[in-house]
Amino acid sequence: MNIAKPNSYRSGPDERGHFGIFGGRFVAETLMPLILDLEKAYTAAKADPAFQAEMDGYLKNYVGRPSPLYFAERLTEHLGGAKIYLKREELNHTGSHKVNNVLGQIMLARRMGKKRIIAETGAGQHGVATATLCARFGLECVVYMGAVDVERQQPNVIRMAMLGATVHPVQSGTRTLKDAMNEALRDWVTNVHNTFYCIGTVAGPHPYPTLVRDFQSIIGSETRTQMQEVEGRLPDSLIACIGGGSNAMGLFHPFLDDPSVEIFGVEAAGHGLTQLHAASIAGGRPGVLHGNRTYLLMDADGQIQDAHSISAGLDYPGIGPEHSWLHEVGRVNYLSATDEEALAAFQLLSKLEGIIPALEPAHAIAKVMELAPKRPRDHLMVVNLSGRGDKDVPQVGDILKGKSK
Amino acid sequence: MTTRIDTRFAELKKDGRSAFVTFVMAGDPDPATSLEIVKALPKAGADVIELGMPFTDPMADGPSIQAAGLRALKLGMTLKKTLDLVRDFREVDNATPIVLMGYYNPIYIYGVDKFLGDAKSAGIDGLIIVDLPPEEDDELCLPAMKAGLNFIRLATPTTDDKRLPAVLANTSGFVYYVAITGITGAAAADATAVSAAVARIKRHTQLPVCVGFGIRTPESARAIASHANGAVVGTALVDALKNSLDAEGRATGKTVNAVAELAVSLAQGVKGAQQAAE
Ligand SMILES: Cc1ncc(COP(=O)(O)O)c(C=O)c1O
Repeated sequence: MNIAKPNSYRSGPDERGHFGIFGGRFVAETLMPLILDLEKAYTAAKADPAFQAEMDGYLKNYVGRPSPLYFAERLTEHLGGAKIYLKREELNHTGSHKVNNVLGQIMLARRMGKKRIIAETGAGQHGVATATLCARFGLECVVYMGAVDVERQQPNVIRMAMLGATVHPVQSGTRTLKDAMNEALRDWVTNVHNTFYCIGTVAGPHPYPTLVRDFQSIIGSETRTQMQEVEGRLPDSLIACIGGGSNAMGLFHPFLDDPSVEIFGVEAAGHGLTQLHAASIAGGRPGVLHGNRTYLLMDADGQIQDAHSISAGLDYPGIGPEHSWLHEVGRVNYLSATDEEALAAFQLLSKLEGIIPALEPAHAIAKVMELAPKRPRDHLMVVNLSGRGDKDVPQVGDILKGKSK
Repeated sequence: MTTRIDTRFAELKKDGRSAFVTFVMAGDPDPATSLEIVKALPKAGADVIELGMPFTDPMADGPSIQAAGLRALKLGMTLKKTLDLVRDFREVDNATPIVLMGYYNPIYIYGVDKFLGDAKSAGIDGLIIVDLPPEEDDELCLPAMKAGLNFIRLATPTTDDKRLPAVLANTSGFVYYVAITGITGAAAADATAVSAAVARIKRHTQLPVCVGFGIRTPESARAIASHANGAVVGTALVDALKNSLDAEGRATGKTVNAVAELAVSLAQGVKGAQQAAE
C-alpha cells in the first residue's frame, strides 16, 4: 500500500478523532453526549491560560517536574555504543509518568463539575495516580483492576486502598487490563451523570487519545530542552515501551516532525511472538475495540484474543490509535521484547545504575541493549524510564528465586 | 422498500397491539439447541426476534449476556454460523423479523460489504450495533440502508432533544429506547419515566418505538408495552436458558422449553396491554 506522507505528523487527529483510518468514537449512545461534552470542555480548557497556569503549578510542586534527563554512564560504557540518557519519569510523585495525564484529567473533571472518578488499571500505576489526585482534591475514586493483576501488583493495590480508593477486582474474561477497561466502561454507562472516566493511556474514544497525548507530551518537550542544554542538539533516537502507548506518545510527539530523530516503540513479546504475547502491531491487525479502531490481537472471526506479558502494564491486546497510524505511515519503528529480555534488562539497569525500573520500561531497556552497541559513540539515545520497580519487587523476587533453585 | 419489520409493525398497528421483542444469543448454549430456541420463539408469541452476535468484549452488556456469548464462542459459534442459523430458521418462518444485535468488530473483520450481502440473503432484516453511534454512520449504517437492511438505533436517557434528530436521522424499522442508563440485566425499567421518554421520541419520528433493558416479568412487560410499540426482553430469557443447563453448561431436555415457557408468559403480559395512543 502506498500511504501519502503528511506535511506534519503532529497535526492529528481530524475533527472526528481519526488518525488515518484509526481512532474514532465507537461507543454506546449513552456515552456519546458525555464524550462530546468532554471534547468541548477540553477545547475550552486548552484555550484558557488559567487552566495551564494551574496545571504548571501542580506539575512543579506536587508532581516534581521537570523530571531529570540523566546520562547513564555505566550502561553506556557497558554497551559500548550510543550515549544513553534516561528520562526519569520514575521520579515523579506516585512513581510513573501516569500522574502527568491524571493531573490533567482531574483538572478537567473539576471544571466539568464531576465528583466521582473511575479508572481502569493494569500495573496499578494509573490507579495509584488517580487515587492520589482524587485524595488531593477530595473526589470519590473507583478503580477497576483485573483479578490477575490484583494478585501480581499487590503493593499498588495496598497503596490505592490507603489513598481511599475502592478497588474492584474484575473476574470476567482474562482478568487483566482489557477486562478492567470493559468494567470501567460498564460503570460509566451506568453512572454517566456524575462520573468522569479517567482513561490511563492514549486509547479509547476520541478525544481521549488526543488529550492523554497532550498531557503526556510534557515528557518530550522537557527532553528537547534538556538535551539542548546538555548536548546542544536534538537526540538521535528515542525509545519507549508500549502498553497502550501513553508514555511513548508523550516522549515521541514533540519530535515527530524532526526527521533526524529515529523513534522506536517497544511492545511486549511475552513468551515470544509465535506464542502468547501482547504485541498488537507485530501480531495484530486493525479492528474496533474500546471506542477506537486500532491494531488488535484477534482471531479470524474478530474475537479479541488473550494478551500475555510478564508486565501487567503492557498486558493489553490493543495499542493507541495514533501509534497504529505512525506505524502505517512508517514514522515510528515498532519492536518487541520478550519477558526474558525484559527481566534481563531489569537486572542489568538495577546493577549498573542503581535504578530499579518497572517491568514496563525494562522492555525498552532490553531494546536499548540491542540497538545502542550498533550506534556510534556520538549517537544520543533517550529511553523513557516510565516508572520505578517498587511494585514489581515482590513479583520479580519470586521469579528470580524460582530460577535460582 | 418495505422490510419484514415494517410489515410486522403495520400488522400490529392494525391489531392495535404492541410487539413482544425477544433477545437470545446465537449459538447459546450450542448451535443446534440455539436454532430450536429461535424456531420456538414465534410460536411462543415473539413478534420480532433479536439475535445476539457473540463477542468476547461486550462493553454495554451485563454478566448474563456476556456469559451467554462466551458459552456460544466456546462451542465454536462464529458470525458465519449466526447467518447460517438465520438461513435455517427462514426455511420454517419467512415472516418473523430477525434483527442482529451486537458489536462492530466481528462485522468489520468479516468485511462490511460481504456481510451485508450475506446477511440480506440469509434473511436478516435489521441490525443493532451497540458501538456505532451516528458519528460513525459511514462505517455500516449507510451501507446497510443501501443494502435494504434496517439500521435500528438506540436512543437513551442521555439522548436529549438536541441530539435526538441526529440519532433518528438514518434510523429505520423501529427505534430502540434503552430505558435505563446502564448495562443489560441491571436496574428495572420505570414505566412512568419510559412513558415520558417515548412521548418525547414520538414528537421527533413516525417510527415505532420499542423499549428494552430492565424488563424481566410479564407485569413489567405489560406496563412498558402500554406506553410503547414494543417491549424487549433479553436477560430474563438468557437466564432461563442458563438455569436449564447441566453442571457442565450443556443443554438438557428442558432447555428449549425453559425459554419458550417464559416467552409465553411474557407474551401474555405484552398482549394484555393496550397499545400506546399515537
Ligand atoms: C511504569 C509504566 N510504564 C508503562 C506503562 C504502559 O502504559 P503506556 O504504554 O500507556 O505508557 C505502564 C502501565 O501501567 C506503567 O505503569
